[in-house]
Amino acid sequence: MTKEEAENGRDEMEIDGCEQREAIAIPEGFNPNYLKVFYDGKHPGCDQSYFGRREFSFTLENDIYLRFQSFYSVSELENSIREKCPVKIDIGPVYSVDPAKRRAYAQTGDNVFTPVERELIFDIDISDYDDVRYCCSGADVCLECWPLMTIAIKVIDTSLRDDFGFNHILWVYSGRRGVHCWVCDGKARRLTNEQRAAIADYFRVYMGNENSHKKVSLTGPAFHPFLARAYTDVLRNFFEMKLLSSQNLFSTEERYEKILDMIHDESVTSELRGKWQENRRSTTSKEDINVIRWEQLKSLLQSGKQKGQGLRRCIEEIVFSYTYPRLDMEVSKHMNHLLKAPFCVHPKTGRVCVPIDPNQCEEFDPTAVPTLSKLLQELNMGGLKSEVDNDWDRTSLGKSIRFFRTSFLQPLLKSCKEEIESSYNAKLQQSKNSINW
Amino acid sequence: MLLTYIGVDKVAKEGGVFFNLFVYSGSIPMELPEVYPACEVENKAMRGSPPKTFFLTRKNYYIEMPLTLKYALRPNSQNSRQLKKSVFTLPLYRSAPVLEVRLEDFELFAMDRLRVLKGISDGLSRGKKPEEMEQLEKDLWRANMRHPEASEVVNKDIISHFVLRLVYCRTEDLRKWFLSMETTLFRYRFRHESAEAQRALMAKFGLSYKAVSSSEFECVKDKLGQVARSLGQPLPTADAIFYKVPFEEVPELVAGRRVFIHKGNAYIASTQVVSLVATQFRSHLSKALILTNRKWTSTMREQEKDRLAPIVEALCTSYLGPDYSQPKGFSEISVKDIDDLAKSSFPLCMRHLFEKLREDHHLKHGGRMQLGLFLKVGAERFDKEYAYSIRHNYGREGKRTDYTPYSCQKVISSTPGVGDHHGCPYRHFSEENLRAALNKMGVNSRAVEDIMNKVQNRHYQLACTLTFEAVHNSSCDAGINHPNQYFSDSQKILQSKIQSAPEINN
Repeated sequence: MTKEEAENGRDEMEIDGCEQREAIAIPEGFNPNYLKVFYDGKHPGCDQSYFGRREFSFTLENDIYLRFQSFYSVSELENSIREKCPVKIDIGPVYSVDPAKRRAYAQTGDNVFTPVERELIFDIDISDYDDVRYCCSGADVCLECWPLMTIAIKVIDTSLRDDFGFNHILWVYSGRRGVHCWVCDGKARRLTNEQRAAIADYFRVYMGNENSHKKVSLTGPAFHPFLARAYTDVLRNFFEMKLLSSQNLFSTEERYEKILDMIHDESVTSELRGKWQENRRSTTSKEDINVIRWEQLKSLLQSGKQKGQGLRRCIEEIVFSYTYPRLDMEVSKHMNHLLKAPFCVHPKTGRVCVPIDPNQCEEFDPTAVPTLSKLLQELNMGGLKSEVDNDWDRTSLGKSIRFFRTSFLQPLLKSCKEEIESSYNAKLQQSKNSINW
Repeated sequence: MLLTYIGVDKVAKEGGVFFNLFVYSGSIPMELPEVYPACEVENKAMRGSPPKTFFLTRKNYYIEMPLTLKYALRPNSQNSRQLKKSVFTLPLYRSAPVLEVRLEDFELFAMDRLRVLKGISDGLSRGKKPEEMEQLEKDLWRANMRHPEASEVVNKDIISHFVLRLVYCRTEDLRKWFLSMETTLFRYRFRHESAEAQRALMAKFGLSYKAVSSSEFECVKDKLGQVARSLGQPLPTADAIFYKVPFEEVPELVAGRRVFIHKGNAYIASTQVVSLVATQFRSHLSKALILTNRKWTSTMREQEKDRLAPIVEALCTSYLGPDYSQPKGFSEISVKDIDDLAKSSFPLCMRHLFEKLREDHHLKHGGRMQLGLFLKVGAERFDKEYAYSIRHNYGREGKRTDYTPYSCQKVISSTPGVGDHHGCPYRHFSEENLRAALNKMGVNSRAVEDIMNKVQNRHYQLACTLTFEAVHNSSCDAGINHPNQYFSDSQKILQSKIQSAPEINN
């Protein structure tokens, strides 16, 4: 684990420390700023204290939490991880001052210790779907219910890119029962709490609470474009093609009653109930009973004799209840919420928190994720033939790390550099102008 | 004692300008208990004839206003300078104008504005609809913010705003409330302005967005129509004006999915401009409140501990009920005793959470916050002793979240989701579940009907008050507006019953 973490740490450092690697076009001639780059390897416009103000948090065995750890270099972070051997590493925000020294600043009385940047994050746990999955419950997850997470990734990822215009998005398996999402665009990192809450609310569909019967409320005569797209592109297909059968949503009286509860028309529900109770005694058809019943329900609700949009809306409400993403809102709303670092090893499952490619999230299998023991085995099998640096490349983790670097890290690094470059140039221009003037 | 006028004096201090508002009397006030040295008054260059004697009294006011103010003290307020008339009557409160104010007006204006804000707050917590709120705001404003002299109306508006700024800058909770109510007020008032005035106000905020071109409009027309239909509004016509703004600038429209968003830009209709302006207003006021608070805590509170501080404190508590932010209460009570107290004295929202906690040994975040703060035990102790389950991801330090117990308004406006048990039962329970819960509390069937009636009219706090009265068999005239108030009132009644019981036996 230490290894992967260190890798991750180094990558983080590259973003934050804005180390220059690729050659970019530099105007000819001497410039004292070039000299500065020449001497310390850093862009003159980059904020050197940035990485040191980032909070890391270690969880040690026996639930010991070490919050507000901060590091000034990769090696410092690496050494600390090796020494403390944390079972979990969380990443927090970048604060206004070094979080390790927050107490010293607190004494100045002027609340200067405050988060200034933080990725926009989302946390989706499958345990929040317990009322709509029958294969597992709680922290358990299997291939029958995992499509719920696939749906969440598809719906949220599309909206983050198309609606909000974000580009640098990382999805990570949380190691056990869900997924995490990191939106890392500069614009996303600088969002205020209010703006974060607005985005989280944009994604939120009221699902009722434990003490009200109402499950979903989709008000208004039409869907907002975001919900319409989610419904036609993702939710409906997943519901009808996957979950209906895999979760056996109509197979028993208890289950179909739960769905009938959501139809507010006695005549419809009693007609369906009558059909299905009979039907149970004489099941001869080979077709999936869930599919049959769903089609019956749909045709009855859509048939001409049923009045009003309200009833047709029931179909959509049922699909939303059983498929729509359920976000842990609190995590996204505040800048100072911690989130587990990618490539951690989940202490209960031993699985590595690997990235998930949103373009191929249907293929992701949480049960086939490399585990720590498997990785150690693979390393042992490989013997001593390869160089230490590329050890991971030979293991089943290699693919994940390559994906992380090429699809996420490098594009992000490039955009960070561009941002620094352009703001630096703007600053130079400004100071030039003021001198001329 | 004759306290007639107040004057305003500019006192330059580091990091800002303070204005010392003081009271002086027209006659020599022999009976004044304490007279401050007159040397505190530096600027006596007053127009007109200066008063013969200049005393500062214990009732001096000291307020911070970002105003460019000169003395203009005259016994007759008719001579006071007027605000320059502009197209709009809605001030942005960036800076206060040159004005003079009578002492009694100073406090009265603030009280009047507070009545407006409190009325808005009550309306919101009763879940009134936007149209009802708009009418409510109009009525409240008309009832409280008038002034016999038409020329003084704007001054009253501005003075009252700045006085309340000082009153409500002092804690996170107060700031939040004031910010939210003032922004709501501003929003409704902005809507009443003419299109011309609205444009002028937008320009004042530096919001100069170009309207979406007709060719671009054609491209997104379908989507804009879809949004309009989702809100139950008419489809936008070809000549409708839309603005394209970064989504970050209209968080509330984003949160409500009331705009079409594409590649980071929100397309807002001309009727939604109010949201853009209100966001700006809010952010300006929010910053100003933080600054005012800094000044208050660093210097003014100590200087004013005998003069202004008591008045400022009185102004906010007299209207918002007692302050429940001071930790006292359950810290010494054992878990076992809480079981009994939950049955006898918890309001339904807390009783329900407590029962769920006992059953499941676990509450989700919203529930732990609502109950934990009510019990006034720190989140840590709550986790250890009551919840037996810990999720440590919540930043405790550094996060300056305020840990004061939730008021009814906050509980009512929460949005519990799947698996959540917090919120206000009167608002968030289904009718069936609420009836069952009330029966379990021992509320008789007639009272249950009265309560359900209030619930249907969205008077959730009144429903809770009726429950209190039914359970305790005793009236509650003040009404319930805080779960902790419910508890302490309940305890008071139960204690008095215990004390009076032996007397009856004797």
